[in-house]
Amino acid sequence: MSAMETLVDLLAGRRDAASLRPGAWDGIISVARAEALLATLAHRLEDAALPPSVAALFADQRAAAAVGQAQALWEAEMARRSLDPAGVEFVLLKGTAYAAAGLACAAGRQIGDLDILVPRHELGRAENLALIDGWQWLKQDEYDDAYYRDHMHELPPLIHKDRDRMIDVHHTILPQTHRITPDALALVSDAVRTPGGFRVLNPADMLCHCAAHLIADGDLQGGLRNLWDFHALASEFAAADSGFWGKLDARAEMHGLEMPVHRAARLARDLYGTKLPSGWNRIKPGDERYQRRMLARDDWGRATDPLLQQLFYIRSHWLRMPPLMLARHLWIKWRKR
Amino acid sequence: MRHGTRIAVGPVQFRIGSDWAAPIAALNRLYAAYPQDDARPADATVRLFAARPWRRVLRPSVHIGGDFVVPDALPLPLSMGLLAAEMGMNLQVALGWRRHMLLHASAVARGGRALILSGESGSGKSTLAALLGEGDWRLMGDEFTLIDPADGAALAFPRAVSLKNAAIGEMAARVDAARLGPLLAGTPKGDIRHLIPRADAIAAMHEPVRPALLLFPRFGGAAEIEPMGEGEAFVRLTEASTNYVALGEAGFAALTRLVRETPAFGISYPDSASGIALVEQIWAEAAR
Repeated sequence: MSAMETLVDLLAGRRDAASLRPGAWDGIISVARAEALLATLAHRLEDAALPPSVAALFADQRAAAAVGQAQALWEAEMARRSLDPAGVEFVLLKGTAYAAAGLACAAGRQIGDLDILVPRHELGRAENLALIDGWQWLKQDEYDDAYYRDHMHELPPLIHKDRDRMIDVHHTILPQTHRITPDALALVSDAVRTPGGFRVLNPADMLCHCAAHLIADGDLQGGLRNLWDFHALASEFAAADSGFWGKLDARAEMHGLEMPVHRAARLARDLYGTKLPSGWNRIKPGDERYQRRMLARDDWGRATDPLLQQLFYIRSHWLRMPPLMLARHLWIKWRKR
Repeated sequence: MRHGTRIAVGPVQFRIGSDWAAPIAALNRLYAAYPQDDARPADATVRLFAARPWRRVLRPSVHIGGDFVVPDALPLPLSMGLLAAEMGMNLQVALGWRRHMLLHASAVARGGRALILSGESGSGKSTLAALLGEGDWRLMGDEFTLIDPADGAALAFPRAVSLKNAAIGEMAARVDAARLGPLLAGTPKGDIRHLIPRADAIAAMHEPVRPALLLFPRFGGAAEIEPMGEGEAFVRLTEASTNYVALGEAGFAALTRLVRETPAFGISYPDSASGIALVEQIWAEAAR
């Protein structure tokens, strides 16, 4: 059994950590690191019987993740102090949102940049406020800058000059040129407040965004982590609200995201054992390829199956923009190499 | 991977894989006397690999990979495979280790107390530590010194000492040739030759010691001792730490405690002999 399969089994709770031979941990730790899931695994196995050195490493990871979350929430606070006084309302997205909302999937989750969503018409003000308060453009060329502004779902990334942390200011959750156009206004207006006073997407939208990000946007790099988010979020929301799956269905349909959301749900079921209701519990032949892509890593943590990776890379671009535009984009990118 | 080995240095268990046999054989020779526990899972993985299959044999060049990588790092020729392995191991510790605060510093210990030497490369901190380690000090390490946030103790990371340029001749005249690795001439860091620490330093590598003296050496110029305030030592050590920011409050607390409890001095010295004499003098007068 490969380290990736073992990692997934451990996360899913299908396998007893005590049953592993000591030699198996090398690979598990490497692939979990490569998938940014090591601290998540450390939380899942907090009470498991582990070899002493693994237990010590996992304790380190839990502590490091706690520091990382405190730092991520501080960045959210900095954004609040910058945008709130001017009345620019923003919604936290992804890892910072999960941490701010105190959701179970935040345990051990690695958080990189601060991702926020503002209404499209507030984008200019949000940008100016950020620039005034010390965020700066990352160095990049005019084409990239124009590309972000004209076609993407976020501003070109900004980095804070003192704290060295990035902020991604979104105005929607998929590129503007993408075949799917989620209802960005509804995402913002139906957001909910956390006890700490931050705004986050409502549960169904949170899963729509998670699935859009995982299935419809990228090339599935780091997919196992995003799928873990989906699994943990869906399980938590469904446990709290028996009508959750129905609400998710309605919301996904409104955003045009039924296919990605259903696919993410099936993959989460197949890999992490997410319990799905009958309407969702289908078998689709295409899923197997996604699963293979997400598990394409060997016991040394190296990415494998380059052909399949390439296929998903091309697919991500195909979905992102119309063919002529894609041709022009690739031509410009190629000339700049 | 085709070839591999396991090495434990201080608290870190490494797993090193390679597309070539030579770097692994060189590592195994340098680390033959280190304690081995094959059943212990690795904390960190290093990979030495060829970017394309044919580059394994055709103009072989060694890329450094692992749990943590530096983007766009240049590969090294296979003749410097041992250096690539060392850089890979250092990188995993510098970017991945969270249990202790890491100081980019050398250290030696005597009587359960540690002398920590921090400085940029070229300051002579490695050479001083290596020389002291041949006397009545225990060499703790020439690259990293680990500070335990729980109790402020210093822990050793006694990897094979990386001697550079003039230090190679200086040490080669003093130690048994069996303790020296192969000469790696003309690397991006100059000539390099590894020195295997003494057996007593390796045997004692898990024993924590109390930091007693902080020195910031500078090679060149007349012999001089300059007391350093807590504030300056603090700032210098934040720059010398690879995980100070990542540790958050625990890092701040550990570093504050270190500079408050440990006297610090800057020293200049014209040659190794006077450097050693200065160190012994300050140790006798000021170490806690």
